[in-house]
Amino acid sequence: MIAVNGALLALLAASLLACALIGPVAIDLKRALADFFSPDAEILFRARLPRVLLGAAIGGGMAACGVVLQAMLRNPLACPQMLGVSGGASLGGILGMIFFPHWLLPLAGGLLGEVSWVPLAAFLGALLSMGLVYRLALFHGRLHPYHLLLTGVIFNSFVAALIMFLNSIVDFYQAQGLLFWLMGNLSTRAYPTVAFIAAYIAAGFLWLWSHGLRFNLITLGEEAALQLGVEVASVERQAFVATSLMIGAMVSVSGMIGFVGLMVPHVMRLLVGSDHRLLLPASFLAGAIFLCWADTLARVLLAPAELPVGIVTAFFGGPFFIYLLYREGRRLPV
Amino acid sequence: MSAALEVEDLLFAYGPRRVLDRVSLAIQKGEMIGVLGPNGSGKTTLLKILSGVLAARGAVRLAGRPIEAYSRNELSRIIAVVPQESEIHFPFTAAEIVLMARASHHERLALEGAADLDAARRSMAATDTESLADRWVHELSGGEKQRVMIARALAQEAEILLMDEPAAFLDLKHQLGVFDLMRRLNRERKLTVVAALHDLNLAALFFPRLVLLENGRIHRDGAPEEVLTEDTIRQVYGVEVRVERPEPQRRPHIFIRP
Repeated sequence: MIAVNGALLALLAASLLACALIGPVAIDLKRALADFFSPDAEILFRARLPRVLLGAAIGGGMAACGVVLQAMLRNPLACPQMLGVSGGASLGGILGMIFFPHWLLPLAGGLLGEVSWVPLAAFLGALLSMGLVYRLALFHGRLHPYHLLLTGVIFNSFVAALIMFLNSIVDFYQAQGLLFWLMGNLSTRAYPTVAFIAAYIAAGFLWLWSHGLRFNLITLGEEAALQLGVEVASVERQAFVATSLMIGAMVSVSGMIGFVGLMVPHVMRLLVGSDHRLLLPASFLAGAIFLCWADTLARVLLAPAELPVGIVTAFFGGPFFIYLLYREGRRLPV
Repeated sequence: MSAALEVEDLLFAYGPRRVLDRVSLAIQKGEMIGVLGPNGSGKTTLLKILSGVLAARGAVRLAGRPIEAYSRNELSRIIAVVPQESEIHFPFTAAEIVLMARASHHERLALEGAADLDAARRSMAATDTESLADRWVHELSGGEKQRVMIARALAQEAEILLMDEPAAFLDLKHQLGVFDLMRRLNRERKLTVVAALHDLNLAALFFPRLVLLENGRIHRDGAPEEVLTEDTIRQVYGVEVRVERPEPQRRPHIFIRP
């Protein structure tokens, strides 16, 4: 089991390098390493590597959140899109894009350049919706899985209608941009931004991982978990806040990239079992690898144009997942 | 000396329906108690309140202290539970399920140590589930799964064992196996056992004290020959039976009159 995680780690390292080398413009790794000011190095280190790293962090984060939500809601169909936060983040981002498209946010007083404020608007939307869903789903101090699921799904459909409404009142070019963002896409960002996001996701992941044993017990149901020593209500509340904060930030940066958070946990469960102490890191690594390659395809399939990576993850993820369920379904409890 | 587990004036209702109505019961350390009663008489609710997962009006005291004063972690090292049904939504092997009993015994971030593996192995041997260790729990039969749940409860190495219909899915051999094991642990390790049961004859054979519930109240509480009489069974179950006390144990045995 630990060997699986080691192998995945090696595979991730290889994928990061390979994905950074693949692109519409061919580059030579030797030349890039030999001459730091060559065009090859420029493309590799400035354009591709930060984007590949960002993709890995977000893919890993989505997969880890998917694992935890499936455990917490005791529902193998749960995924990051189900929490109201993803809808809230999308709405926040869309509002930011429509009403303040040209606002820029200076980083460290302008020293590190300026970034679009859309992600910040999206994150604000995520935080607000997290507070709202939390309030609505909390009964007698408990976030009941059933209430949480219903509240999140209904909140998201409501927000989806709002987004479609906004999309139909803006002009055609703006609508195109909104749609592209909504489908989920990665883009090149400055290293400090990437480092910040990666550190944020890593912190969230480590918190979730440190509770791995408790998630094992929580999958057995509330009563069993209580009787085996878990303070279920408190762990559920904390896990909701942690996954919401992670998902909110990830959607803010990249839009809602679907399928990673649903599919990767299932594949990994078939591979390493359901012990969250092993399942969480395995899913994080596999999610990172999967999104790296999906984004590479998104960059090269229609080069020089780009596909939203969300299309690629769904396009390859969907059929693969159905195949897997068909073949391995007998081994699953439901 | 205070009782191991004690409830006083328990009141519990689902909406307007009173499930438990002024139930008081003192369980001494090392006792072995069978809780009997028709469907819906409150057996399961009583066990859930005793294990601290349901809160009711009235007092529940564990070793003299209110049960709310214990953390879940402390409770799980004192009280182990075999539930009536267990839902397993994700693929776990039987060994993994049994090892979950040890979660409150080791550090949160640590993997299970030698003591944990040893406890799991011993409890699986005792319940005849060693051969199931690497099987997926959701693929086991009802009886096999039930034995795995009993193994998990034993691996908690708690002082009090609460069981809800532990024999429900078991074949005759494994029913006797489980009750024999309970009696042995009760004698050798002073394990306190409280079990909700449907089989009155098995209850009379293995449990020195029986508590008969009727509509949320204790109808009778005492030795098998006091609790299982033709009168009480007529009053509580509404069934005419003949009770004999065959040699050698002279415990009451119920014959159904068709």
